[in-house]
Formats: sequence, structure tokens, C-alpha cells
Amino acid sequence: MLTIRCPHCGERTHTEFTFIGDGERERPADDASEAVWYDYVYLRDNRRGPLAEIWQHTLGCRGFALVERDLVTHAVSGTRPLPPARLPGASS
Amino acid sequence: MTFMRSRDAGPPPAASQLPQPGRLASGGAVNREQALAFSFDGKRLAGYAGDTLASALLANGVHLVGRSFKYHRPRGILSAGPEEPNAIVRIGGGDRADPNSRATMAELHEGLVAESQNRFPSLNIDLGAVNSLVSRFLPSGFYYKTFIGPGFVGQNRAWMVYEKGIRHAAGMGRGVPHADPDTYEHRTAHCDVIVVGGGPAGLAAALAAADSGADVILVDERPALGGQLRFETYEIDGVVAPDFAARIASDLASRPNVRVLTRTTAFGFYDHGTVALLERVTDHLGPTAPAGLPRQRRWQVKARQVVLAQGAIERPLVFADNDLPGVMLASAVRRYASEYGVAAGRQVLVFTTNDDGYRTAIDLKARGIGVVLVADARPVPGIVADWARGAGIEVLAGHVVTQATGRGRVQGAAVAPLAGGRARIVACDLIAMTGGFSPAVHLHSQAGGKLVWRDEISAFVPGRIGQAARSAGAGNGVFALDALIREGAEAGAAAAEAAGFARRELPGWQVADEAPAAPAEPLWAVALPEGVKAKRFVDFQNDVTASDLGLAVRENYRSIEHVKRYTTLGMGTDQGKTSNINGLAIVAEARGAPIPEVGTTTFRPPYTPVTLGALAGAEVGQHHAPKRRTPMDAWHRANGAVMTASGLWDRPKTYVRAGETYREAWIRETLIVRAGVGICDVSTLGKIDVQGPDAQAFLDRLYCNPMASLAVGKARYGLMLRDDGFVMDDGTVTRIAENRFYVTTTTANAAKVLMHMEYLLATAWPDMKVQVASITDQFGQIAVAGPRARAVLEKIAGRALGDEVLPHLGTAEAVAAGVPVRLFRVSYSGEMAYEVAAPWRGALAVWEALVAAGAMPYGLEAMGAMRIEKGHVAGAELDGRTTPADLRLGRMVSAKKHFVGKAMLGRAGLTDPDRLRLVGLEPADGVTPIPAGANLVHDPNAPAPMQILGHVTSATWSPTLRKSIALALMRPSATEGGRMVVAAAPIIGAVVPVKVVDPVFFDSAGERMHG
Repeated sequence: MLTIRCPHCGERTHTEFTFIGDGERERPADDASEAVWYDYVYLRDNRRGPLAEIWQHTLGCRGFALVERDLVTHAVSGTRPLPPARLPGASS
Repeated sequence: MTFMRSRDAGPPPAASQLPQPGRLASGGAVNREQALAFSFDGKRLAGYAGDTLASALLANGVHLVGRSFKYHRPRGILSAGPEEPNAIVRIGGGDRADPNSRATMAELHEGLVAESQNRFPSLNIDLGAVNSLVSRFLPSGFYYKTFIGPGFVGQNRAWMVYEKGIRHAAGMGRGVPHADPDTYEHRTAHCDVIVVGGGPAGLAAALAAADSGADVILVDERPALGGQLRFETYEIDGVVAPDFAARIASDLASRPNVRVLTRTTAFGFYDHGTVALLERVTDHLGPTAPAGLPRQRRWQVKARQVVLAQGAIERPLVFADNDLPGVMLASAVRRYASEYGVAAGRQVLVFTTNDDGYRTAIDLKARGIGVVLVADARPVPGIVADWARGAGIEVLAGHVVTQATGRGRVQGAAVAPLAGGRARIVACDLIAMTGGFSPAVHLHSQAGGKLVWRDEISAFVPGRIGQAARSAGAGNGVFALDALIREGAEAGAAAAEAAGFARRELPGWQVADEAPAAPAEPLWAVALPEGVKAKRFVDFQNDVTASDLGLAVRENYRSIEHVKRYTTLGMGTDQGKTSNINGLAIVAEARGAPIPEVGTTTFRPPYTPVTLGALAGAEVGQHHAPKRRTPMDAWHRANGAVMTASGLWDRPKTYVRAGETYREAWIRETLIVRAGVGICDVSTLGKIDVQGPDAQAFLDRLYCNPMASLAVGKARYGLMLRDDGFVMDDGTVTRIAENRFYVTTTTANAAKVLMHMEYLLATAWPDMKVQVASITDQFGQIAVAGPRARAVLEKIAGRALGDEVLPHLGTAEAVAAGVPVRLFRVSYSGEMAYEVAAPWRGALAVWEALVAAGAMPYGLEAMGAMRIEKGHVAGAELDGRTTPADLRLGRMVSAKKHFVGKAMLGRAGLTDPDRLRLVGLEPADGVTPIPAGANLVHDPNAPAPMQILGHVTSATWSPTLRKSIALALMRPSATEGGRMVVAAAPIIGAVVPVKVVDPVFFDSAGERMHG
């Protein structure tokens, strides 16, 4: 019953999407320490407020969107495509 | 007073001839030309079209309609709306029975059959009434303090005995043990403005929004629009209220941008302007409902703006024996008289704390009903009292009813000064009470709206809300008619404006009514008279009294949420509509705290009960989930396959021939595969196409074993880990061309692996030039296994397929049965085996060609037995808690490259040598089957909790080795010092001592797949 604006397809109901997770994590470098990886894999902030989340439009274009959603009120303040900027540690 | 039908009598009298002693000679919107026969508890009665079951019962002088939940006290109709707590009856029979239906909302139709509930053997003589005699042992929460012991039975055992009796006594209606024969629909609608509530405020809002050009949906739970206009007697625009309502309704019906839904309850207000509606399409038609219509529709409305105009619910007054049949809400009494032409009583006493009670007194008097007295708790009532006296009605200011008197029905009321003093008994047959009105804030609160307490009206009204919604009218705490109409119009116009439509002139209606209202006086409970032992009910449906609330506070339940659950206040099917505010106010007084500090309990949908059928819609039975079928599905079923669900897929377990048992079938299949050749439909495996210049590098990062060295034309088994180091899935990767790979996954994880790939490409490695696509549904896939597999394939492909053409772990293209196919040489069974991938449309032809060439089909049972014989891991072992080393695949993990999961795989906990590890098991006696899922322990009779050494993951009878075998995950230390291990499953009473062996039971050198 949430409405999410897919950057490619426009406004759709949330049942067309799959919630992927926290969009504010940075994937560690390949050679980062075990402690840094542990943080990335297991630890999450549980904020009472807005969070940028990754949703995938699995029943549509299968693209990804970054949704700014308030975890208390569910108000969605914005949707944008995943940033093209590279995350540290990613390599080709 | 109906005619009793005896066997020798003629046909029963027509409905039109049955008397209705409670019916007024004229008036009401019912159709007196159309009499309807119905029955209540077996008694044949008559009403008119337009009646509800409740109005028809009252028209027949029937007040006793049920027995209360706990004390089994006689109960009568309290209200005229969905807030009804007492008149909860069973309507209909057989597979269309509807328990716990409110008689006040059920529309009468010809032949309606209704029964009272919660009584045995009858409503008049109910054995449950004995509860009333022992009521002092049954206060709120009594079950927390009783039913413990006697000690000699053992505490747990004693409760098991009591529980059966309590379970039988609890609950109101009886469930319906039949499948629902009706169909239900789901519909979705979008609109600019949805207006909830078709009373004067809602009508004004809908008109104002429609005038602006917005798309409007207007919903009302009753059969016709109007709300209070349907039964009030004032005039608007020179026309009496019910006629005015009809005029506005037809105006709205004529507008193309307005959709009116009557008989529709808005039961939930969810996120982002989503309002859920339940439309009752045919319930009111009974047997004349046209076939092909759904019984009910559940709407999901996406509204850009929401206007809540749901009105307010009248509060009962809390005084001794206020639950006697004949004690009713005052506005309901005048509604029955005005809208239905029914006199609920002929000698009415009005007990009020506000001006609205006088409206009832004056209206009833004008209709020729005797009004004995108005007892107004306020010492200074205001101008309405003079009007009442002018109409010949006695008014006692500053007086309250302290007790309703009578046996099973109101026969009088004890009236005393509020300040104290002797009571006098006043004879009457109906007490019309009103404690004021509580705005219906349910939907506002469900959507996260805050509530604000307004002292001057003793009510919670809607406060801030984080959604595009606004409240108007009585639901917003505005009760004066002209004010609420103006507020409704303004709300509708503002909503349309917010949705982008230009404002137009608001509807201006001339209201001829209103007196300046004297303030209401809150009176939350009338004190029990001196020496009187009686109950003062707050929650009628759950039998919660004022003293129960006092008890809860004394036992230190401070929070209203705790009080609610301890006393069950507001937990019945009426969700406390007539009890919430009185209850929390009484708690506030007992705690000495202001009401806003006590607050309300959380409001949750649905506002009124919703049938499960309406929620399920058409997705029932087989339609609960989509069914996926392989290209060979029909062939399997036509050839004796016993199918099973594998996720959403249907797959064959085995193919049973004539004269065979199920077990004989799969044993036969296994032996034939190992001795000859068999084919298995593996189309359900996930297949993913991976392309691009970086595809190989991508796959090398994805799997824990090396993929960078995979040459064109070769296949490789791959193990994929999660970021936390645990095995996620296994499959094969085949390099079809330089930059193109055909990846398979397990059936269950196909979607998960694809999403894993897409996620990493989108977030972790966006610079990699790789495209992935699911091709699961594009190709059918057939496993061909056994010593004669190659011969059969060569026959259908028409070419040689020796090791030089198609070596182990190789791939090649061919044409079989005219269908281009890709061959893979991979083995799951351990035999020489291939997999044949064919385009979906051609897969059946290939399958049939293989059958014609002598291959025999085998299913999941045989496949499972063979892979267990070979110690190959599958879903039961890949349970998300195992690492490659746990599965004895540690040598697959690359030490050189980076791959997903590498960092976490090195954690101390994942490298602990005593982790659960894959082993094989055989029963010590060589015969007893080992149950999959059994725990491994040293001694099952040791006191619990005991150390668990592991568990059995997969088990089978091995046709090849002719013994029971199993795979398990077990700590290596379990067998130290030669200790015995036992597989125990207490839940099925299995205890099997086992021998721990190598998990590869058969062909441990892996020679058979080389042919």
C-alpha cells in the first residue's frame, strides 16, 4: 500500500517491488579486515526517522531505486536511481 | 404473538397478515406495501422491506435477543448501528450461516432466518445463567487467579482438565464447518478525493469536491446516503431532512465524476492514501440474489486526498443494571421511530447529560409515544428543557437514573438527585439514555493521526495526521448542524484544491433547526445506590463492569493498554465502540489522572468485522498461488506420475505402473537408472544467461571455487556463498562462448540467485560490463542418466557422442527430434549422465523421443535416493548454516582469488574443527529406517536438556545397496572414544542407534560417471 516511484517505470504500488535493505551501507574493500566486514554484514542502525532504502522493481523493470522513507510514518520523501558513483573497494 | 402452526392447520399466514405490535400506524421509510416473513429462534415474524433485523424484531415487541458473554444475562438491542454490542445473532444456516452478525445492520429479506447465540438450551431458559449466580467469583481476570491445582493432580494436569470446559464456554458464535459457497471480488480504484461517510458533512464534502471537477468516491455503510438526515425531523432548504438526503443523493448519482458506494464500510486507512472498503453486494437480497454476482467486494482505493466524515457514536450511561433489555441509546430510539416507524417502547423515560436526549423526547412525543420523564443530570439544562415542558413532558433537572428495574425487561427506573438523596421508582418500559457523543476517530488513528482531548465536549477529536487527510463534522467534534455542514463543504473543497482542482462556490444549505446548545456534563458512572448490589456495565459485549475497572486499577494496572487486556474492555467484536471512552474515563477517575494522560488504546483495522472470504477474493483453493508447470507436465500426469509441489512447481515423485505400489515404483526406477538408462525432468532448475566482456570475472567473484580458468565448451560445478560465508546455492556454470555463460541453480533458489547477481552488479560492481537474465522458463531440461545414457542420446541426436566430442564436464550442441538442443555432461546421480536443454516448445518432443529410444522416466524419489547414495548435498544440507568445509567441499574454496563471502568465511567460529560436518549414517541393526530430521544424541533417556550432537538431514532406503542410509550433520567429537550415537525423534517416538560412516555410500571412487 506504499506507493514507490520507480525511476524507470513511474509510480507503482510497493507489491511490485522487493525490499532489499539499507541503502546507506558501503560495501567494504575486498581486503578490508574481518571486523569491517562483520559490521557490514550484521550491524544496522535502527533509526527512528528517515532512511534511504534499496528497493528492486522485481515485478517490473528489475531495476533498483533508492527510496527515502521515514521508518515511523512511512512517508516517502523521495526516490532516486542508485548513485552511479563507485563504492570504495569495488573493482572491475 | 404469531400463530403457532400445528400439523392440521393450513398454510402459515402471509407475512402481510402477521401483526407487528411495535409498529407505529404511519411514518418511516419502510415499504408498508411489501411485508417480509422472517424467523427468529424458530418463531415466524413479519417486517417490511427497508427494515433491519433489529427494527423488525422491535416492531414485533421482541427485546430479548441474546445472552451476555460471561454472565449470560438477558440482553436486548442497544443501538441502531454498527456499534451494537448485544444483538449479535447468527443469520442464515448451513454453509451460508453468518455467526456474530449485528441485527442492527442486517437488512431484512424474505425468509431471513436468525438465531440468538450463547445460550443453551434456549434464550429464555439458559443454563449459562448460573454464571450470574457465581459472578462474584468471575470478575475480570479471574482465570489468572484460579484453575491452579489441586496440587495432587499436578499443576499442569489440572489446567488441562479445566481448559476443555473453559474452551467450550468461551466465545460467542459457533464457527461454520463448511466451505464458503459464495464468491468474492477484489477491486482497485483510484480517485482524487474519497469521502468516508454519507451524512450531512460527507454529502457537503462530496458535493464541494465534485463541483471542483475532482474524481470523487463517496462511501457509506448504510443502504442509502444521509446519515443522521435519514431520521431527523428538522428541515434543510425547506425540505424535511430525509427528503433532503434523497435529493442530494440523486444529485450525486447523476454526476459522472462521482462514484457512490452504499452498503460499503471503509474498514481500514493504510499508508499513502490507501483506504480499504468492504462492499456488501448481495447480503441484503438473500435468496433472490442474482447468480454471478459476488457476495461482497473488497476495494482498495488509492486516494490523493481523504475526507473523513464518519460521524460520532453515542455513549451509554453507566448505572446499575443498565444492560436490561429495554435500555437503549436515545438517538437509536428516535431513529427506530422516525426511519423505521417502530416504537421500541410505549412509556419511555429519557436519561440524558446533554441536549440531544431532548430531541428524542420531543420527537417521540410528537409521534404519540408516551414520554414519562426526562432525567437530566445537569442542574441547569437550558432552553431545550423548556421546549420539552412545553410539549407536556416532565423534566427533572439534576437527576439521574441510579438503577433500571424489572425482570428480564425494563419495567421501571430508580430516579434520584445527582447530588444524593432518596430514589423514586418511575414506571416505564424503555430507558433511552445518552451520555454524549464520541467522534469516530478510528480511521484517522489507524493512519497514524494523533488525538486531542477537548474538555468542553468531553471527547477526543482528530489532531495532526501525517497523511493527506482531513476530518469534518461530528467525527471532528462539531455537532451543530449548520457548522458541520459548512465544515464538510470546506473540507471537500480543500481536498479537491490540494489535489489540484480550482475551488468553486461551496454548497450553501439553509438549515432550520438549532438552538444554542447548553454544554453537556460528563457523567462517566452513576454511583451505586447505598446497599444495592448490582452491576453497572461499561462494555456490554464482554461483560466488563465499572467495578472490574476499579479492580484493575487497584491491582496496579495503570496503563490503559494493560487495563484493556486485563479486563477485556473493548476486546469484543464491537471493538469497544460504545465502551472505550466511558472505560478510560472511569480508569482516569480511579487513578486520579486527567483523561488525556490515560489516553486511548491503539486503533487497528478493521473498523468492523470483515469476512475472510472478502480478504481472500478469488485467490482461494488452487488459485491461492500460481502454478508452474514444466513442458512435460501433461505427459507426466498421463503416465502415472504422482505429483508433488516443489515451491510453485508441480514435479513427479515417481511413475506408478499398474500393479505397483508407490515404493515399488521408485525402487524400480532407481535400479533401472543404475543398470540401464533413465530420464528425469529437471526443467524447474533455475537457469540464468550471463553475458558480457566481464562475465567470466563476475562469475569468478561470485563462486568460491575458481571460474577464471573455465574454458569455452566446458562446465564446472560451482558453490556460491553469501557475504556471511555460508553456502547459499550450488549449481553448474557452462561456458558456451567467450563471453557467454549458462548458469544453473537449484529450483528453490533460482530467484534468490538472480537477485543476488543483479544486486551485486547494481551496487558493488557497477563498472562490470555484465548482463544477466533469467531463462528458466525459456528452456526445458532433461537429465539422461545410466550406463546406457550415451547410447540413447546418440540414437536421438543421430551423431556420435564419445569422450572426444563430449567429455565429462563438457558441452555440445546437437539436434534431437528436429529440435536444436544443448547437451551438458554432468552427473547428479553418479552414473554416466547428461543434461539436455531444449527450447521450451520443443522439450516435450525431445522427451518423447528419449522415451521411444528406450529411456525410462524417473522422478524425485529415485533422484533423491541416488544422490544420497552418492553423498551429494542438496537443499536439506544447504540450509544456510553450513560452510563448504562443513559439507566436505572445503577443497573447492580458492585460496588465491577474492570471492563473495571470503572475509567472513575465515571467522573463528566457521573454522572451528568441531563444527557440524557432513557424515553418512547406517542403522546399527542394518534394517531400521533413520528418520530425516532426527536429532543425534548419545543417550535419548538422559535428562533434558542434553547435548545435541547433530541432526539427520536426508534419509532413504537405498535400492542399490539394499539398506537404510542417511546423511547427517554431526560434530566430529561425537564419536570420540568409540561412543555410540543414536538418532532420536521423540515427536514420532523413533530411537535408532546408528553407525557413522563415509557419506559416499556407493562408487566412492566416482568411476561410474566415466562410463
